[in-house]
Amino acid sequence: MLAEYLPTLLFLIVATGIGIALILIGNFLGPKRPSPEKLSPYECGFNAFEDARMQFDVRYYLIAILFIVFDLEIAFVYPWALVFRELGVFGLIEMGVFLALLFIGFIYVWKKGALEWE
Amino acid sequence: MTFEQILFILFAGIVVGGAASVLLQRNPLYSAFSLITTFVGLACLYVTLKAQFLGVVQIVVYAGAIMMLFVFVIMLLNIRDEDTAVDPNRFLVYLTIPLGAILLGALLYVVTKVNLAQPTGDEGGTVERIGTNLLTKYLLPFEATSVLILMAVVGALHLAKREKE
Repeated sequence: MLAEYLPTLLFLIVATGIGIALILIGNFLGPKRPSPEKLSPYECGFNAFEDARMQFDVRYYLIAILFIVFDLEIAFVYPWALVFRELGVFGLIEMGVFLALLFIGFIYVWKKGALEWE
Repeated sequence: MTFEQILFILFAGIVVGGAASVLLQRNPLYSAFSLITTFVGLACLYVTLKAQFLGVVQIVVYAGAIMMLFVFVIMLLNIRDEDTAVDPNRFLVYLTIPLGAILLGALLYVVTKVNLAQPTGDEGGTVERIGTNLLTKYLLPFEATSVLILMAVVGALHLAKREKE
């Protein structure tokens, strides 16, 4: 059974190897003549006059958290979807309860206005 | 040196190397990326132990979702590269050597004493088995998980939402 994953392992090794090889070849074969202008970050021709980091909006974090929560819900739906036939109506009701509770959470998020961007 | 041993050494090396890199990097984002590498190595170890679903969920949930939160927090807090200021509590560093040795000794003792039974059969961690068990034997924890996720949604909303002006 483990042998079935051999193509995946080969794929991982080849992908990693090609990525590393490309970086190493560029490192060894490229000329190295750095100058202060070449090392400064690119700003469409201007000199950089401000720090790139600005105040981070917390709405992005809220979107990320909501994504994670519903991603976990989907991760629970995957095994159920595979054994759905054997479990019949009972399994449907169980998963229905699970999804209904999370649907309540979704309604709550919606009504609280967390899905509005502005 | 069987093929499984070579695989184990390879994946364990990735895990340990990634974990060491988390500690040794100066840029906190590089530490987060090294942690992602550690999780991918762990997922490969799970697959060699015939827990395929756990390996995939590890990548989707841990490396995909939790590390995304880590990177968000690093960006939110605007953490810069560590500067090498002298720490006044420098002597505590020397305390880590005997404590680390004790921890390593305890781990080696436990590893030699544990019973390393191989996972039996092919259906141990397959998705079908997990699905069946989740919905028949472990139904109450499954439904309790949905309540837990609901709590997480409500809590996150109250923590992260801006007040309506």
